[in-house]
Amino acid sequence: MSKPKLVVVGNGMAGMRTVEELLKLAPDLYDITVFGDEPHPNYNRILLSPVLAGEQTLEGIVLNSREWYAERGITLHTGSPVVRIDRVRRCVETADGRLAHYDRLLIATGSRPFLLPVPGKDLAGVTGFRDIADVEAMLAAAARYRHAVVIGGGLLGLEAANGLQRRGMEVTVVHIAPWLLERQLDEPAARLLQQNLEAKGLKFLLETQTEALIGSASGRVRAVRFKDGSEVPADLVVMAVGIRPNTALAEAAGLCCNRGIVVDDTLQTVTDPRIYAVGECVNHRGVAYGLVAPLFEQAKVAANHLARFGIGRYRGSMTATKLKVTGIDLFSAGNFMGGEGYEEIVFRDAGRGSYKKLVLKDERLAGAVLYGDTLDGAWYFELMRDGTDVSAFRDRLMFGRQHLGDSGHGDDKTQVLALPDTAEICGCNGVCKGSIVAAIREKKLFTLEEVRAHTKASSSCGSCTGLVEALLAATAGGDYSTAPSKKPLCPCTELTHDEVRAAIVAQGLKSISETQRFLDWKTPDGCPKCRPALNYYLLCAWPGEYVDDAQSRFINERAHGNIQKDGTFSVVPRMWGGLTNPRELRAIADVAEKFRVAEIKITGGQRIDLFGVKKEDLPAVWRELSAAGFVSGHAYGKALRTVKTCVGSQWCRFGTQDSTGLGVKLEQATWGSWMPHKFKMAVSGCPRNCAEATIKDLGVVCVESGYEIHVGGNGGIKVRVTDLLCHVKTEAEVIEYASAFIQLYREEAHYLERTAPWVERVGLAHIKARVVEDADSRRTLAERFRRSQETAQTDPWQTRAQGAERHEFAPLAMLV
Amino acid sequence: MNALHDGWIDIGRIDDIPRQGARVIAAPGGNIAVFRTVDDEVFALADRCPHRGGPLSQGIVHGRRVACPLHDWRIQLDTGQAVAPDEGCVARYPVLVENGVVRLRLVPHDACPNP
Repeated sequence: MSKPKLVVVGNGMAGMRTVEELLKLAPDLYDITVFGDEPHPNYNRILLSPVLAGEQTLEGIVLNSREWYAERGITLHTGSPVVRIDRVRRCVETADGRLAHYDRLLIATGSRPFLLPVPGKDLAGVTGFRDIADVEAMLAAAARYRHAVVIGGGLLGLEAANGLQRRGMEVTVVHIAPWLLERQLDEPAARLLQQNLEAKGLKFLLETQTEALIGSASGRVRAVRFKDGSEVPADLVVMAVGIRPNTALAEAAGLCCNRGIVVDDTLQTVTDPRIYAVGECVNHRGVAYGLVAPLFEQAKVAANHLARFGIGRYRGSMTATKLKVTGIDLFSAGNFMGGEGYEEIVFRDAGRGSYKKLVLKDERLAGAVLYGDTLDGAWYFELMRDGTDVSAFRDRLMFGRQHLGDSGHGDDKTQVLALPDTAEICGCNGVCKGSIVAAIREKKLFTLEEVRAHTKASSSCGSCTGLVEALLAATAGGDYSTAPSKKPLCPCTELTHDEVRAAIVAQGLKSISETQRFLDWKTPDGCPKCRPALNYYLLCAWPGEYVDDAQSRFINERAHGNIQKDGTFSVVPRMWGGLTNPRELRAIADVAEKFRVAEIKITGGQRIDLFGVKKEDLPAVWRELSAAGFVSGHAYGKALRTVKTCVGSQWCRFGTQDSTGLGVKLEQATWGSWMPHKFKMAVSGCPRNCAEATIKDLGVVCVESGYEIHVGGNGGIKVRVTDLLCHVKTEAEVIEYASAFIQLYREEAHYLERTAPWVERVGLAHIKARVVEDADSRRTLAERFRRSQETAQTDPWQTRAQGAERHEFAPLAMLV
Repeated sequence: MNALHDGWIDIGRIDDIPRQGARVIAAPGGNIAVFRTVDDEVFALADRCPHRGGPLSQGIVHGRRVACPLHDWRIQLDTGQAVAPDEGCVARYPVLVENGVVRLRLVPHDACPNP
C-alpha cells in the first residue's frame, strides 16, 4: 500500500523542524517531498549575521545535510521554487515544471525583506539581508568596495552593519526613527548602544529618510540621497527596513491571508484543512512571529497533527529579543516603554555601559530592557510569563537572580561567556562549559530542554539554568528563552498546574485516570512528572476519600525510606523536636546491630539516620522501631520533615520561651502531612536563633513578648532568608497560624515547588491576607488542615510492619 | 512454583505484580525485574540501569517505559533500550503469561551486550 504524500514548500528552519518533529512521532507515515527556493540544504538562518561578521562559516551553520534527507527517504529539491498550488488536483508545480501530488501540504515559505519603493531600488549593489545569496553578495561587495549604507536601524540592520564593518567597509546606518531599535529599546538604552557602535566605527544618520538610490553609468549604485537633499556615497546598499510574510503562493491558491497565511491553533490554514502552514509566513491569532522559538513551538503542534495524534494546540508565544553583535549584550521583552498605570525601575551606569529598566504594573513585571549585563534576561522573562508578584523582592529585583554565587557555581562574577571551556557549569552532574557548547553545536540544540536531555546540565537542581541559557544564546543564536505563554504541567498535557488543580476540584475528579481522561491527557497513563503531581493534588483535594496510588509515587515514598546509590535504603525515625532518651537510643542501637546497619549518622535535622538497610528488611526494622515507640520520620517524602529546636527557656540562660516544647507540639500537629515539596520547621528560643529558624519553610523565633513567625526560607540550592509573617502571643496561636500557612501552601503551591519560590511567586501580601489579616480565612484553613491530618496521621511504618503492602518489599520469586 | 519445562519457570501470578509496577526475581545471575504495564503487558529486564546500575524495578512505570529511580533515565520495556538521547540497553528476558501465571526464562535475548 502506498503511503500518503506530504509535500513541504520551504526548506527552512520552520518547515524542516516540523518534519523532524513528525519523524520523531511517526517515522514511516508519509512519503515526504521538500521543495526549497535556495540551492542549499536547510541551514540556521539566525547565524547568517555571525557568518557575515566572519565568526561562523557557511558549512558550520548547515542544520540538515543532504545525507540527512537521503537517510530518511525524504526527496529534496533545492533551487526549485514552487510557483503554483492546485488545491483541486492537490498538487504543486515548480518553476522548472515539476509536479508533485500531495495528501497533506505544509507551507513554510518564511518571509521576504521589504524593499523601500524608492527610485533605484533595482540597481546592482542593492540587497536585502535574508539568505545565503544576500550574504554572498555582501561579502563580494566588501572585498571590492569601500562604502556601505544600511537602511534600517533595527536588529537585522545593525547586525548587517556590524558584519560589513568587520569586513573592512565604512558603514553608515540610516534610520528613520529618533533612536535605534525603537521597537526593542527605549531611548537611553539605544543611546548607549549607539555610542558603543560608534566606538567600533559605525556612523549613524537618525531621523533620516531615504529619497532615492543613485546609480553610476555601469548600473551599480553609487550614492544614497535623502529627503533633505544630502547624499552619502554607497557602493553597497542593504535594505533592512522590515520583513513581509511570503504569502504570494498561498494567496494565488486562494488561501485566506492577512499579513500572513491565517492559521488556527492546530496550524491548519483556515481555508483548507489539508494545508498546514508554519513559521514566519503565518498569521496566528493576528500575530506573525519573526523569531525562532515560536516557530519551533508551531512545528511541534503541526507535527503532532500531521502524525494524526490530534492533540496539540498552539496558543501563541511571548517573545524576547537579543542582538547578535559580538561584544554587545542587550535584551528586551514585553512592554518596556511603560505608560499610564505603569511604574519604572531604572538603573544606569554609563561608565560601565550598563543600563537596566524594569517596567511594573500591579506589582508584576510587564517589560524589561537590559543593556550591558543581560544574564538575568531569562529570569525576568520567566517572571513576566508566570505573572509573579514581585512586591516581596522588589528592592532586589534590579540586581537579578544572581546565579553566580549559588552553591555549586563558585563566587566568580565573571560572565559565563568569558569562562574557559573547562569551567564547570553544572555542579550536580559535573558538566563543563566545553561539553555544553560542543553538544549545542554538534547536536544542533536550540532549547533548554534539549540541552538538558543531551548534556544533563541544569537537569538536576536547576540552579545553573541561567548559565546554560546564556551559553545556548551565544552558541545557537536566537531567542533561546522564548517560551510558551503558559507552562504546561508536563508534556502529557497543555494545562498548567493551576488549571489541573482547579479542574480536579470543580469537576469532582477523584482518581488519576479519571483526571487524565477528563482533561484529554496525551499519554495513556501519564509520566513520572505528572503522576506524582496528580496523586498529590487529589490527596490534597479529597482528604480521607482519595485512595493513594502507590504506583504514582517515587520509590522513596512508596518504600518509606530513601533509596541510596547501591539500591539499599536509609531509615530515619522521628525524634520529636530533636529530643530523645536512653531507651530510644538503646532501641536504635539494637536495631542497628541486629540488621547490621552499615553506617549511623546524625542528620542536619536533629535525628539519626541508619544507612544500608536492605529493602526486604525494612518491615522488620520498622517492627522493632515501632515497638520502641518510634514512627516514621518522613525523611524521604514531600512531606513534613523535622522541627529543629534549640533548648530554650528550660535550660538556656538566654531562652525567652520553651522552644523545645513548642517544637514538639508543632511536630505533633503537623507530622504525616503530605506537601507539594519537603517542608522543614524550626523553633529558636531567642533572637540568637540557634535553630536557624530563618532559613526554614516555617520558623518560629521566640521573644519575650511572644513568638515571631517567619516563612519561606531555604538553606539549600539557593539560600533565602524567611519573610516575617507576623508576631503572636501564645503557643496556640503559633499552631493555628502555622496550620493555616501550611494548608495554604498545600492548596496553592505547584507540586515540587518549595515555599521559597512559592512565596516569591504569589507574594507575601497574598499570604498575609489569607493567614494574618483575615481571621476567618485563617481559621478555615487551619480547620481544613486539622481535618486532613485526621486521616494523614497514621504511621506508614507500623502498618507495613504489620503486613500492609507486603508485595512492595518481598521478591516475587527466589530462584537462588 | 518453579516448575521447569523447556526452561520456562513459573514465577507467580500476574495479579501479584501491581499494575504500573514491578516485582523482583532473585536469580543466580542477579535480580530480574518483571514489569506489568497499565494494559497488563508483562516485560522482564535485568534489574540494572545501564547508566549507574540503579534498580529499575523501583522506578515509575508509564506506558511501555520505566524511569530509573536514581537519575531518571528512561528505559523502553519492550526493547530494553534507553530512550534517546541517552544511550544504553538492558538485557531482556523471555516472559509470558498463561492463565494468569507468569513464566520466565533465565536466558536473556541476545540483542543487548549488558547481562
